[in-house]
Amino acid sequence: MRLYMIFQRFIYLQWRAFRRSASFGTGVLFKILMVFGVLYFMAVFALLGLGAFYLVEDELGVDPLPFINDYLIYATSFWVVMRYFLQKMPVINIQPLLLLPIKNKQVVHYMLVRTLWSFFNVGNAFFFIPFSIVLINEGYDPLQVLSWHLALIAIVYCLNFINIMVNDRDGWFYGLAGVLVGFAFLQRYEIFDITQWTGPVFYAFFEEPALALLPWVTLVYLYRYTFKYFSNQMYLDAALQTPKSEAKQLHLDWLNRLGRTAIFIKNDIKLIMRNKRSKTTVIMSFVFLFYGLLFFTGSIYENASWKIFAGIFVSGGFLFTFGQYVPSWDSAYYPLMMSQNISYREYLESKWTMVVFATFVSTILSSFYLLFGWEAYAAVLAGAVYNIGVNAHLVLLSGAFIKTPIDLSSNKKPFGDKQSFNTKTLLLSLPKLLLPMLVFAIGDWTIGEWAGYVLVAFVGVLGYFFKNKVFHLIERLYKSEKYNTLSAYKQKT
Amino acid sequence: MIQIQQLVKRYGDQTVLELPDLEIPKGQIFGLVGNNGAGKTTLFSLLLDLIQATEGTVAINNIPVHQSESWKPVTAAFLDESFLIGYLTPEEYFYFIGDLRGVSKSEVDSLMEGFSDFFGGEILNQKKYIRDLSKGNQKKVGIVATFIGNPEILVLDEPFANLDPTTQIRLKELLKEKSQEQGRTVLISSHDLQHVTEVCERIAVLEKGHLVQDIVKTPQTLKELKAFFAKQI
Repeated sequence: MRLYMIFQRFIYLQWRAFRRSASFGTGVLFKILMVFGVLYFMAVFALLGLGAFYLVEDELGVDPLPFINDYLIYATSFWVVMRYFLQKMPVINIQPLLLLPIKNKQVVHYMLVRTLWSFFNVGNAFFFIPFSIVLINEGYDPLQVLSWHLALIAIVYCLNFINIMVNDRDGWFYGLAGVLVGFAFLQRYEIFDITQWTGPVFYAFFEEPALALLPWVTLVYLYRYTFKYFSNQMYLDAALQTPKSEAKQLHLDWLNRLGRTAIFIKNDIKLIMRNKRSKTTVIMSFVFLFYGLLFFTGSIYENASWKIFAGIFVSGGFLFTFGQYVPSWDSAYYPLMMSQNISYREYLESKWTMVVFATFVSTILSSFYLLFGWEAYAAVLAGAVYNIGVNAHLVLLSGAFIKTPIDLSSNKKPFGDKQSFNTKTLLLSLPKLLLPMLVFAIGDWTIGEWAGYVLVAFVGVLGYFFKNKVFHLIERLYKSEKYNTLSAYKQKT
Repeated sequence: MIQIQQLVKRYGDQTVLELPDLEIPKGQIFGLVGNNGAGKTTLFSLLLDLIQATEGTVAINNIPVHQSESWKPVTAAFLDESFLIGYLTPEEYFYFIGDLRGVSKSEVDSLMEGFSDFFGGEILNQKKYIRDLSKGNQKKVGIVATFIGNPEILVLDEPFANLDPTTQIRLKELLKEKSQEQGRTVLISSHDLQHVTEVCERIAVLEKGHLVQDIVKTPQTLKELKAFFAKQI
């Protein structure tokens, strides 16, 4: 069979898998929202592309091209991080294809080619094409601009393949991210300026058009390397196998003093420690701790409401990344949970305890925000109270509706769904963030900033008293949704 | 012990199960046989309230399972691997089930000691998570876990499938033992006529969702069953 015919079949399979998945309902809604999101970003990028040149020239009074080249290193690294968390790896069920009369190589080609169309690649064009047009329009040499432009395209695609390879190796990723944050820090405090070294590299593609061949050669090499890597891994005991690790007994008996909720907490701790997917969740919630730095150090978010936004995120990382998926974490053995002697109340109570405990720890860990003034830590504290009182209930409530089974081992398969932190979760978080901002704004406008924080915390305390009522509601939901949830969890992602 | 009343399960206009009134008394070993799609697993799922009946009820101790959860403390089941928690070691899984059923760690330990030959040295202290065990060993873990806490009712779907011959023989003895203890009711389903007739006192044959035979075992039962299924060809 010809390659394009095979591709056609694969696309057909993918479409079927999408149409027939349990989450199709929410799937479509979110696809639509995401389309809007993508359109929005395209418009923003295009405007940036058109405006960036003049903005830099007028506001900073420097030659825009070298300036952009200086900062490309940060732009590309930021893009790498975004890709790592948000870019979906192409999902296709490989195992049944192995024995069919299709060449394994064609399957791998398909997987790789599919990634080329990702928004993370194509989206860049919306910035760079207008920007390049402006450059030519402003009298830069068209050939030089073109070579610079082509070099950047190749770099974007190189990142695409690096991302695919790095996705298998968390250690590499966090190492790389750490180094870049370090450089940014050094530059911020004017100790060492990495852009002085990297800027000229990017600028060279403009000055010396022949050099643009270099990234293209790298790209071809990377494609072949990735291709070869996966071609050699198409065996049941290689990439398609879930690696086995030696089991370590965990003794968590000291938790028993918590009574029956301890039964589930002990299990959840093991769940988090022994599964890639949930481990990533904890790492993410740690990263959330530093999210506030963006808000409290820069002058971008002068509006005080944004501080509450940051405060909610800083203390609520675990709440959002873990709480959102209750009860899906237990999806693989939900029939067991439903036929055992388990009361929903105890089950919910245990998840709630975990979320509240994590919020508590995050709040203590984030006391370093005091360095940025009392307002910064007040925002974190108010956010934490609100998280415990209101958001802890809201995440558990919305979790009752999310019926996507979680494949705990999914991060381990190279072609599996690697997202541990997806767009869906982000979108569902919005209502939980906008309300406290509004409450803060009311207090801020009427009395003053401190009153805003107090008001947010007050709403949090108020929410706590509704715990029984909300738990009752969630229990009822769990019960009425029981059969639907069971059948949805039966479907493997 | 278990009362089934005019139980019907439909998906759209397709009827997958339609049973008359049926009573399984306390202490009986009840076997369910039938070809694929006969409705064996559907019946067990209805009994455990994992799916909803379209009409009729299943009741345990005269209380419909979908109305009250009072059946949960007295019932233990293993239908498939979704009753296992993959990221736990077998020991941790047994303790978890023990916790839920009010059985202490040391009691679980002493119960497990009795199963060491059933496990064949491949389950306990192996430094392996359940997800990394072979299908057969996973099944052993799931079956043994149902014995924790002396439930009055045991429900096992295809317990003999995937097991090695030695374990199959041992399991048959075990099930007989277990049913004699405290008059425990045992429900099993199987494709294997020989195993079922060896273990069960009463055998029901399902065909496309209907009960076609409900017989008390006699020395002729295996022959009759074989003749019945041979006719289907």
